[in-house]
Amino acid sequence: MLLKPGIKLKASGTTTEIIVIQAPAEEVTLTCGGVPMTADGAGEGGSTEGEVLIGKRYCDAAGTVELLCSASGAGPLAMDGEALVVKAAKALPSSD
Amino acid sequence: MNIVTLLDMVSSVDPDRVILGDRHEGVTLGRLRDLADRAAGVLSDHPGRPLLFSGTATEAFPIALFGAAVAGRAFAPVSYRLAAGPYAELVTDQLPTTLIAEPTSSDQLREGPELSMATPAGFVAAVRAAAPSGAEPEQDPEAPAVLLHTSGTTGKPKVAVLRHRHLTSYVLNGTEMLGAGPDEAALVSVPPYHIAGVAGLLTGMYSGRRIVQLPNFTAEDWVATAAAQEITHAMVVPTMLARIVEVLEQTGETLPTLRHLSYGGGRMPRPVIERALGLLPHVGFVNAYGLTETTSSIAVLGPEEHRAAVSSDDPAVRARLESVGRPLPSVEIVCRDALGEPVPPGEPGELWVRGDQVSGEYAATSQLDDDGWFRTKDAGRIDDDGYVFVEGRLDDVIVRGGENLSPGEIENALLQHPAVTDAVVYGQPDEMWGEIVVAAIVTAPGSDPTPEELQAWVASLLRSSRVPARIRFLTEVPRNDLGKVLRRVLRADSEAAAPSR
Repeated sequence: MLLKPGIKLKASGTTTEIIVIQAPAEEVTLTCGGVPMTADGAGEGGSTEGEVLIGKRYCDAAGTVELLCSASGAGPLAMDGEALVVKAAKALPSSD
Repeated sequence: MNIVTLLDMVSSVDPDRVILGDRHEGVTLGRLRDLADRAAGVLSDHPGRPLLFSGTATEAFPIALFGAAVAGRAFAPVSYRLAAGPYAELVTDQLPTTLIAEPTSSDQLREGPELSMATPAGFVAAVRAAAPSGAEPEQDPEAPAVLLHTSGTTGKPKVAVLRHRHLTSYVLNGTEMLGAGPDEAALVSVPPYHIAGVAGLLTGMYSGRRIVQLPNFTAEDWVATAAAQEITHAMVVPTMLARIVEVLEQTGETLPTLRHLSYGGGRMPRPVIERALGLLPHVGFVNAYGLTETTSSIAVLGPEEHRAAVSSDDPAVRARLESVGRPLPSVEIVCRDALGEPVPPGEPGELWVRGDQVSGEYAATSQLDDDGWFRTKDAGRIDDDGYVFVEGRLDDVIVRGGENLSPGEIENALLQHPAVTDAVVYGQPDEMWGEIVVAAIVTAPGSDPTPEELQAWVASLLRSSRVPARIRFLTEVPRNDLGKVLRRVLRADSEAAAPSR
């Protein structure tokens, strides 16, 4: 599917939800536990070996996609078969 | 995504955490999300139109901000210190709209089909009494979230447009969700119409750090509230810190729970920060530089960098106390000349900034270039180690005989003189030099330095081109309500007046 910043997607068979922060230009398949994510999360669940955590951002190695987990659940997240990894946030001193 | 999604996330994980007000009686994350939902129903009167808010920093502020976000309306904070005429004009420009304001601000305005009005307290009461709206917030990241008037110290204020993506990028790039410990509390004393007031609310909420609001700043109240509420974090503008330092010196209060004090919104006089560092050795200081148009901070000088600067024998490292630190990892800052060409490290120029949080956009006009860069109109330089020094507004740089002079450098020299309590330096048109350096100073009670004495003092610290040709003695420096110096006022009466003394 063609991703767009702002859209929310749900995983099937688990509680995982994500929001797209940055989207690749071309169509991709986003999966959670090996099963495609959809707007309503309907359908059969996938594997539950991984974990996706609320508040963490997930991205690919090339930096074309960034997802924010808005509800924790099973995982892992992948795009076109490439596992997405947690974007390391640099701890910054609070400034306002 | 929508800024209210950030509240959805933290309130789903830790709904019972107190986020606003007193530790025991304050508003929890879950309650704040519930109030935002009810507020969306109350705010259904002018769909899609900005919500004007000119209350002080009370609980009405976050309820209106998040309520507007749920309702799909932009939140437009307006200064309650504007004069009646400009205030009425500003509101009229936004019709049809809803205005939340104290009656003293809005007494020239009348309610009608195009203008709904409520007091902050009346709005909160209506929200508490309202039924849940069940509204589903729009997730369009391009939708305007906050419309902020820039302070306009050098010209007419402009309306900066901050979209949901600018604000959420700022929060996500710099804040760990619920990363604050349960004992942490932030004292917010900047008003809702300042970018730090909006940004502080969002980052405080997302980090789960309890927010204590001080609606009308006085240094005495700030110190008393910080002590009573066991405040751990705070942000102040430089004039506030100068007053706080005085109160700490008078009362002997040591603020033992305070860990973290950030400052920004103007140049910090070096004597003030050095006194503050001495009075509060247990506190980590953070200097933050940012603009309304950049969604708050884009560079910070952290606590360790402050300590290293103060204790260093290396003049270059010590001078970092006057820098705003280095760019945030998610932001690029470069220094360019008037033609837009990069200048070598250490050379003066204009600061340009680029990043996801950078709006650079005023009502209906983007000021970003094709590569996403925003010209800050701030003069500055970036040293070999990447430390950014901000010298003030580009319009304030003095061009004397072809040489660019930074008012801040000369002001710092004057402030080191024991008889000088405040100093502003600006350029005055001159036939021979183009501009000459004028210093307007306030002296300590009982002291009576001569202009020649002050000129000799500057000459002992800086190159001769920086020595003020003229010294004016003032009883007070004209500033706006957030402490920014109104140089245009000084320039205007400088041209009218004959040289003093």
